[in-house]
Formats: sequence, structure tokens, C-alpha cells
Amino acid sequence: MTAIDSSTAASSTDKGPMFDEEEERIARAKRVESVAKWALPIIVMSLAIWYWDRLVVWNDIPHYVLPGPGLVLSTLIEDWPILSEALLVTLKITAMALAVAVAGGVGLAVLFAQSRFAEMSFSPFAVILQVTPIVSIAPLIFIYIDNRIVGLLLCAWIVAFFPILANTTLGLKSTDHNLSDLMTIYRASRWQRLRYLQLPSALPYFLGGLRIAGGLALIGAVVAEYVAGTGGIGSGLAFRILEAGYRLNIPRMFAALILIAGTGVLIFATTTLISHLALRKWHESALKRD
Amino acid sequence: MAITAARPDPIPSPELREPVLRMQEVDKTFNGGVVALRRMSLEVRKGDFISLLGPSGCGKSTALRLIAGLMRPTLGKIVWEGGASRDDLGVVFQEPTLMPWATVEQNVWLPFRVRGESLRSTRDRIMETLELVGLEKFAKSYPRELSGGMKMRVSIARALVTNPRLILMDEPFAALDEITRQKLNDDLLSLKAKTGATVIFVTHSVFESVFLSDRILVMAARPGRVIREIAVPEPYPRGIEWRTSPEYAAIARQTSDTLHSTLAPGSEAH
Ligand SMILES: Nc1ncnc2c1ncn2[C@@H]1O[C@H](COP(=O)(O)OP(=O)(O)OP(=O)(O)O)[C@@H](O)[C@H]1O
Ligand SMILES: [Mg+2]
Repeated sequence: MTAIDSSTAASSTDKGPMFDEEEERIARAKRVESVAKWALPIIVMSLAIWYWDRLVVWNDIPHYVLPGPGLVLSTLIEDWPILSEALLVTLKITAMALAVAVAGGVGLAVLFAQSRFAEMSFSPFAVILQVTPIVSIAPLIFIYIDNRIVGLLLCAWIVAFFPILANTTLGLKSTDHNLSDLMTIYRASRWQRLRYLQLPSALPYFLGGLRIAGGLALIGAVVAEYVAGTGGIGSGLAFRILEAGYRLNIPRMFAALILIAGTGVLIFATTTLISHLALRKWHESALKRD
Repeated sequence: MAITAARPDPIPSPELREPVLRMQEVDKTFNGGVVALRRMSLEVRKGDFISLLGPSGCGKSTALRLIAGLMRPTLGKIVWEGGASRDDLGVVFQEPTLMPWATVEQNVWLPFRVRGESLRSTRDRIMETLELVGLEKFAKSYPRELSGGMKMRVSIARALVTNPRLILMDEPFAALDEITRQKLNDDLLSLKAKTGATVIFVTHSVFESVFLSDRILVMAARPGRVIREIAVPEPYPRGIEWRTSPEYAAIARQTSDTLHSTLAPGSEAH
């Protein structure tokens, strides 16, 4: 009895500090990680910009070949009136295309879920629209559609809507079979089944589609503007890049490019945030584990 | 006598209780030609606790799905009696089958919600039912925050909440560990004593069926059919001591023998 007691006591005192050490190590690793998560990207990004700057200075690269970061920044500020207007146009087209893509994609997905015949009839069109590169359809669109904004919108929509349609359709079909049987037993109407069961089941899938579609809408808007060419009032960032290119105004090209990249990041962050907020309470993808 | 009188829903002898449902010579053949069920007849009366016991593939789930109206019999009839109908049904599946995006309370609300009743107007009843299964403190929790046994209780609460005429349970505790399972069996019996619910219970377990039910239908596979009905005369409420009584052991042995005779090749009980 005493032998057992002393041995367990000994092992526990042996283990005590070891265990603490282990715990401390894990805690330290966690602290380091939480700092690194922010610090690392900032440091690496700053280093890259600094190296860009040095590259230009050391090699005496003329600014019409590669402007340094300082020049790009000052151009961004100087040209802000023009660029901000263009940014607003691009943002507007992207957001509108995304909104229409959400409405159209979800609407069509709901229609497909309600009627298999509708799905059989229309899904080939959706697939054809999706697999045909937008650059090859865009010229046609601008021949048939006079209104430039509407044409741009249509291009961006074509690219953005498919992931929403495909994901939402999959989601609407991924309802739990037993829950679906339960709805049948309760004599739920189609509408109730859709609202109480299918739409919530499809939400995570839809949000996944939204994150992809957000980026694609921007790509669609930019690419379409390259094709549309002629500017004037209501020109977006892509047109400003083209125009600056013709005039060899390379710093402005960079400034516009940065704005486009920033817009993409902003869209991604926003859709990710929306997704997180909508799912954080229940979906596996948004749950924190420890 | 005193115990019977104290119960909210006294259960008279089986012949006097009103019938709920009659299955008459029901056959179910699937498209592939699989005979899932042959000539199954069953009379369910109010307050019955009937177990369907049999090997895998003998058509137990098929029988429940037929009763629930999820599919139609190939031959024969299923008749609801005395104003009961398929709408008046609670179902518990083998998995808890909860909506992960909804709280416990909202999950239990579902049958009311489909009937167009608001959460507010039914909250008292929902809380009462959650209390019955011991989960009143978890009304606002999400299913992922609950253990397997607790989720099953939510599922049972959802089946009970509308006070249905008939509750169908398809191996509800099969996925749970033995301790949780016994606890839920005890709880189910006390629920039955409190509510006088009528239950058809599918199980693989001889002991579960003897412990819970007053009638056991032993089934055989290929083709799926009922080969014997065993009565369990012990009155409700049944306590823990029922599990250790000699009558329990005797009926369990008898049931087990019957079940094994169905598994022996070529045997045909009458
Ligand atoms: N939808 C279906 N289509 C074709 N055959 C089916 C279908 N559902 C069940 N069956 C067949 O009917 C028979 C009975 O199936 P059922 O699911 O009722 O068995 P069970 O008694 O519930 O078995 P278990 O205990 O494994 O759940 C099986 O042979 C099965 O293959
Ligand atoms: Mg089954």
C-alpha cells in the first residue's frame, strides 16, 4: 500500500514540472503564433517594397520602365481625382454584377431544386456560358449592346454567376434525408421545405460560391473593360490602365493596378467576413477548436 | 389500483383501448423485386408500446416508413382509426436528425412551425417537453454543443411536443453506448408513464424490447415478415427492478430463442 502510494507520489512529482514545461512550451508557441500571424506578412511585405525601391535606385531604372514605390504612391495621390472616379466605376460594376449574380444564381438554383425538368432544360446554357472564355464573348456583347455600363455588367455577371448557381444547387440538394422525410411527415409545403430546410442547408455552399464569385466579378468587370476599349465618362480602372499604357505613364498604371488589387482584397475580406458572421454559430468551417 | 388512478392517462386492458392504426396484410415489394415485407398485419391501440425486433434487412424500417406514409404498400391497407391520421405522428430516427443551424428550442418547434404556429405561442409547451427530457437548461444551445445522448433527447422531445397519437422510433438508441442507452430506456418508460404515448419501437436488442414494450413482434428476413408476437404482461410504470426480475429473464430467453430460430436456415415458425 505504502509502496504504491510513494511510487505514485514520486511519479507525480517527477511528472509535475515536466508537465508544466510542456504546457509552457505550448503556451509560448501559441503566443509566438498570434504575433507572427500579423507581424510576418507585414515584415515580408515591407521588405519586398523596400527591395523594389532599392532595385530601382541601384540599377538607375528610368521611371517609364519601372517606377519606384514612392513615385507610385505620389502618383496615386496626385491622380486621385481621376483614379478615384475610375475606382468608383469599377466598384459599382463589380458590386452590381455580384448582386445580380447572387439574385440570378440563387433564383435559378431554387428553380432547379423545385423542378428537375427546369434543371435539365437550362443547366446546359449555364455550363456553356461558364466554359466559354469571357474575352471571346465580350466583343459580341459590345456589338449588340449599346449601353457600355450594361455591357460591362453583363460580362461581369456571366463570369460571377456560375459558381453561385453551382454551389447553391449542390447545397439545396445536400439536405439531410431524414430531415427531408420529417418534413414530408409533417406535411410541409414546398415553400416551408425550402425555407426551413433547404435554404439553411445550402447557406454554407452558397457562401463558398459567393467568395469565388466576388473575385470573379472583379475580373469580369476589368476584362470586359479592356475589350470595350473606348473611354470617356464612366471609365473604370481597366480603361485608365490602358490609357496610361498608351501614354507611357507607367507610374499611373501601377497606381491603378494597386487600386484593382486592393479592391480584390477588399471583396475577398468582405465576403469572408459575411461568411464567418453567418456561419460562426453552427457550421464546422467557422467553429473554433481547441 | 392507487398507482393506476394517480396516472394522468390510466391504461385500461388492451381490448378496451381505442384502436389507433390497423395494418392489414401489407406487402411491400421494391422495384428490384426484393420482398421487403410480406403479409404484415398489426393492430395498434392507444397506449401500446410495440417493439419490432429482427435481424438486419427484415423490413423493420420499411414497416415504419409505410406507417409514416413515406411510401405506399404494394398490397394491403394501412387504416388510421378513430380520427387519427398521419399528421398526428412523431418520429425519432436512428440519428438525432437535428437542424444544426437551429437552437434546441427551434428544433423542437419545427412540427409546430410547419403548422404555422409561432415560437412564442408554443414556447410553454416546448419548455414543458424539454423539461420532460431534462434539457430545459439547453433550450438556447446549438446541437453541436450537446452530447450524443442529449441530441437524442432533443429528437425525442421534438417527436413528443405535439402530443401525437403515435410515435415511431427507428433504432433510436442504436448508436449510443450501453450506459446512455439504459438511461434513455428508463427515461423513455417514465415518459410513457407520464404521457400515455403510443409507441412503435424498432430495435435489434432483445433486452431493450423486453424492457420497454408490452408487445414484441419478432420478424424474419427474406422475405421480411412477422413470425411471432410475444406479450410482455408486466404493467407500467416499470422500474429498474423489472430489469432484474425472473419474468424479465424468462421473456428475454423466449424472445431470444424465437429470434435465433429465424436465423437458422430453413426454419419456418407459424
Ligand atoms: N428503397 C429501397 N429500394 C430497394 N430495396 C430496399 C429499399 N429499402 C429497403 N430495401 C430492402 O428491403 C429490405 C428491408 O429493408 P429495411 O431497411 O426495412 O430493413 P431493416 O429491418 O430496417 O434493417 P436494419 O435493421 O438493418 O435497419 C432489405 O432487403 C433492403 O435491401
Ligand atoms: Mg432499419
